[in-house]
Amino acid sequence: MEMINLTIDNKPIVVKKGTTILDAASSIGIDIPTLCHMKLHDMNIENKPGGCRVCVVEVKGRRNLAPACCTEATEGMEINSHSLRAVNARRTVVELILSDHPADCLVCAKSGNCDLQDLAQHLGIREIHYQGSQSHYREDTSPAIIREMDKCILCRRCEMMCNEVQTVGVLSTINRGFHSVVSPAFEMNLDHSTCTYCGQCVAVCPTGALTEVDHTGAVIRALSDPTKTVVVQTAPAVRAALGEEFGMEPGTLVTGKMAAALRRLGFDYVFDTDFAADLTIMEEGTELLGRLNKYLAGDKQVKLPILTSCCPAWVKFFEHQFPELKDIPSTARSPQQMFGAIAKTYFADKMNIKRDDLVVVSIMPCVAKKYESGRDEFAVNGNPDVDYALTTRELAHLINLGNIDFKSLPNEEFDNPLGESTGAGVIFGTTGGVIEAAVRTAYEVQTGKALKRLDFEELRGMEGLRKATIDFDGTLIHIGIAHGLGNARKLLEEIKAGHSEFHAIEIMSCPGGCIGGGGQPYHHGDVEILKKRQRAIYAEDKNKVLRKSHENPYILKLYEEFLGEPLSEKAHHLLHTQYFDRS
Amino acid sequence: MTAYNTHILVCGGTGCKASESELIKLNFKNQLAELGLDDDVQVIHTGCFGFCEKGPIVKIQPDNTFYVTVRPEDTKEIIEEHLIKGRKVERLLYKNPKTQEQVTESKNMDFYKKQVRVALRNCGFINPENIEEYIGNDGYSALGKCLEEYSPEETIQVIKDSGLRGRGGGGFPTGLKWEITRKVQADQKYVVCNADEGDPGAFMDRSILEGDPHSVIEAMAICGYCIGASKGLVYIRAEYPLAIQRLKTALAQAREYGLLGENVLGSGFGFEIEIRYGAGAFVCGEETALIHSMEGKRGEPTFKPPFPSESGYMGKPTNVNNVETFANIPPIINKGAAWFSSIGTEKSKGTKVFALAGKINNVGLIEVPMGTTLREVIYDIGGGIKDGKKFKAVQTGGPSGGCLTTAFLDTPIDYDNLLAAGSMMGSGGMIVMDEDDCMVSIAKFYLEFTLDESCGKCTPCRIGNKRLHEILVKITEGKGTREDIDKLRMLSQVIKDTSLCGLGQTSPNPVLSTLDNFLHEYEAHVDSKKCPAGQCKALMQYVIDDEKCTGCTLCFRNCPVGAISGEKRSPHYIDQTLCIKCGVCFEKCKFDAIKIV
Repeated sequence: MEMINLTIDNKPIVVKKGTTILDAASSIGIDIPTLCHMKLHDMNIENKPGGCRVCVVEVKGRRNLAPACCTEATEGMEINSHSLRAVNARRTVVELILSDHPADCLVCAKSGNCDLQDLAQHLGIREIHYQGSQSHYREDTSPAIIREMDKCILCRRCEMMCNEVQTVGVLSTINRGFHSVVSPAFEMNLDHSTCTYCGQCVAVCPTGALTEVDHTGAVIRALSDPTKTVVVQTAPAVRAALGEEFGMEPGTLVTGKMAAALRRLGFDYVFDTDFAADLTIMEEGTELLGRLNKYLAGDKQVKLPILTSCCPAWVKFFEHQFPELKDIPSTARSPQQMFGAIAKTYFADKMNIKRDDLVVVSIMPCVAKKYESGRDEFAVNGNPDVDYALTTRELAHLINLGNIDFKSLPNEEFDNPLGESTGAGVIFGTTGGVIEAAVRTAYEVQTGKALKRLDFEELRGMEGLRKATIDFDGTLIHIGIAHGLGNARKLLEEIKAGHSEFHAIEIMSCPGGCIGGGGQPYHHGDVEILKKRQRAIYAEDKNKVLRKSHENPYILKLYEEFLGEPLSEKAHHLLHTQYFDRS
Repeated sequence: MTAYNTHILVCGGTGCKASESELIKLNFKNQLAELGLDDDVQVIHTGCFGFCEKGPIVKIQPDNTFYVTVRPEDTKEIIEEHLIKGRKVERLLYKNPKTQEQVTESKNMDFYKKQVRVALRNCGFINPENIEEYIGNDGYSALGKCLEEYSPEETIQVIKDSGLRGRGGGGFPTGLKWEITRKVQADQKYVVCNADEGDPGAFMDRSILEGDPHSVIEAMAICGYCIGASKGLVYIRAEYPLAIQRLKTALAQAREYGLLGENVLGSGFGFEIEIRYGAGAFVCGEETALIHSMEGKRGEPTFKPPFPSESGYMGKPTNVNNVETFANIPPIINKGAAWFSSIGTEKSKGTKVFALAGKINNVGLIEVPMGTTLREVIYDIGGGIKDGKKFKAVQTGGPSGGCLTTAFLDTPIDYDNLLAAGSMMGSGGMIVMDEDDCMVSIAKFYLEFTLDESCGKCTPCRIGNKRLHEILVKITEGKGTREDIDKLRMLSQVIKDTSLCGLGQTSPNPVLSTLDNFLHEYEAHVDSKKCPAGQCKALMQYVIDDEKCTGCTLCFRNCPVGAISGEKRSPHYIDQTLCIKCGVCFEKCKFDAIKIV
């Protein structure tokens, strides 16, 4: 390995050849400010267009200033990161960005979480010397994401996520010069595009240009309506991240405090999407075994591999991009939608509440869930199974509005009957978790034997594409896992070409799975936060007494009292769905 | 090939074509055919002669008579008088404006005297659509020589020894670029010809492709041989239809003659060239942006390194050279490095093609040895300033260059001198300004261009240039302050210092060079709210001099907005609140009674 000697701010340093000035500086405690640059370490995700020019530094002997994020250190380089020239240029560049920005921070959804705001503060910008005309664009509201391009600083992070990571290809920069804007083709609205609403653009946007559609107001109105019974479900990944919004260490599990907060906000019943995740395993697992056994019995017509279908962005992705494969994914609805369907039938009947008087709110790490809850097939006579899907961030706002000191809340339990879950339901929140949960149940159902170990380490991890083979008592089951739609695309291309080696594939749209969802607290490019959330999810699983979905007593009771058995007609009607060709 | 006794060369460059040179050619052909002379006299379209000011140009060979501003109706006279009776048509000959003498041959014209044509050697001499004429003028002999006599390394050495530097503006040593690309190991490499000429008023590359496309093809093949590439791509803007058509014709002919294809001249070396069209984005002249555009991506630059020589088109090593650079290659191989390096200055060898434009008598395309002074170019070749006005400045390097004053008139033109003077060589645009040009407006004009052409990727270019432009507008509207002048300078420096690509790094040059050389004009706009050149409409008024006004009513009758009033035969008056400053009254007044104040 060739090593490079250089000095940064008079400190000598030796780095590997290929190291950028930015990384070299950061390794010796020199934090050069950046804006457009974002690197998710270990995930092979990096945005480095070198466009914002905030990270410029002075390199001795060089004609102009060098952007630290994309300039490699070379032998003998003498760098001054805070020379008058560099600081002046940096501040001027930020002033220029601010001069074309609405600066409505006080009422901006991103205030307090905005990289641009932080940077301006960090650099002590107190005056914008270069004022002038500003760019104005039409606001674009879709079922899940709002684009306010007046606030865009053209960091191109969203474009990188949409094109390189997700391979969705909706967002790209159009027009030139001062009129450049990141937009769907022909400046059409997002809802006219093939956008999956995965929300990864929102997750990485440094400003308020991309945000989720805010449903907190509607939820508050429902909570204030005495004629309504409002129930809430919380997705598994939320409990591993919500605490961050209240200054708690990433990876802190706040399941009990979350339940307490929701109760204080006035929800009549605080339920858990994890319950529905267990239900999903019953349905999807049974479907998997059905297909698998047919296949093992020699039926070559059976569609394998089976693909998970919990992720609404992933569903929309293949509906647009691989409609010819639409009969391959499991027909099982996502846990959010299973919950909604059960809440508005089984639970409503049980409690004697009219469908129209029952409001189902879900708390999701996701913005695509807003879109999913609005899909026509998930409504009865126009009344949706899930009325409102809030993100983790929106829940934090609600809690703040409720004057609740989150950190000091006691731990409380979920309500029954839709609040009880197993560890298998919890791990739905991370990449690899759905398939691990499915394996735990499928193995025992298929072999009739109890699993000796429940932690399938071989299915866990953060690599974008993983595979593992599980021995089902002599039958080898090949499993593929992809997170990030670009990785999913690779597996789909294999299936299309007819040489997929897998029996079952789990796909989640967001890098890291739901823990890295577009509705989670902003990670600001720190991948360690995602890893801590993942560890929290597995810890919650480990702490559970019951860790296999088919052992959830309330699930068993649901089948006994209401559904009959997995894949029964009633289950089909309420818990399964169909997919559409949207190409 | 039929042997003709006489050749009529009609300029087929874009400028002359716009002045009906197509019809001139057609008239010649038809009339010669009527007279039964079409076996004896050949009529061809050539590439640009360069003397666009006097186009359309018709040249008769073998006696080299050079007719200027020929009209389609003149062909009959030329045939009858010149071809049949042997008498030159005097009224169509060029008249030396200084001596009023008629000049029959181009070599005796001031416009051509100081020119040395290397890149333009065939433009105006051969039919660009006939490969045999190119071959007849040493064409493809350089390629043959390389393939037969020289190894790629030896060829590169010749180019290095010649001292040729990139003519697109950067001035990077061409031989070195080839050598670097050669040394990179890859299964596929590419030769790219940058024909995305974008400077306002520049048409050097277009003229070469229109007038001598084979020289570029030949050079690209030589480059392919040297760097180990079997594929060449010409990136040309789609608004050059004639150049594209001639290039296509030339490519087909070269293939037919075995000069392109799997086995060039039976040497075993294979080379093929494809054309890629650009949509006319200035920034796509920047090589990384050009490559992205060819790949079907948004035409915007990316950070270098990696340089294209390492990772270019489709991630493969790519050598990008400009049209004019390529056009220099065959003569260098044919005549040797020593010949080439004997022309020019110490660090800038050979010649440079310039597109002369602006307030100059002889607008056109010229090629001069490096080291020629601006004075020689402007006064000797260019024939001085139009209408006897005073020279004020010359802008070199296009929108990225700077405005040079009289102080630099005796500066020998080369890469380094122009840079030191605060401008640059650029691709060869040269726009001359006279006393009527407002330098603040000039800076504003160039910035408007940059603003339109910025790709928008980096902050300083996208927003910084916008702000610069806004400040300039403010100043030209008489709303500027001293602080604005300081801001212009400070912001320009930051834009230069922080922009991603050459476009942004040079875009403030017109502002900085006018600030350096014409600060007093800025100050006049700001302090006394006056535009010394009388160009900034917001800062000027047309007023009628009572003493001189005869009350002829001509101004009153021509004013489009009824701003002028007055009785017949008594002094008139302009109502400033109504005046739109169109200048019609100023032009119409026969008594010099209207003044700009």
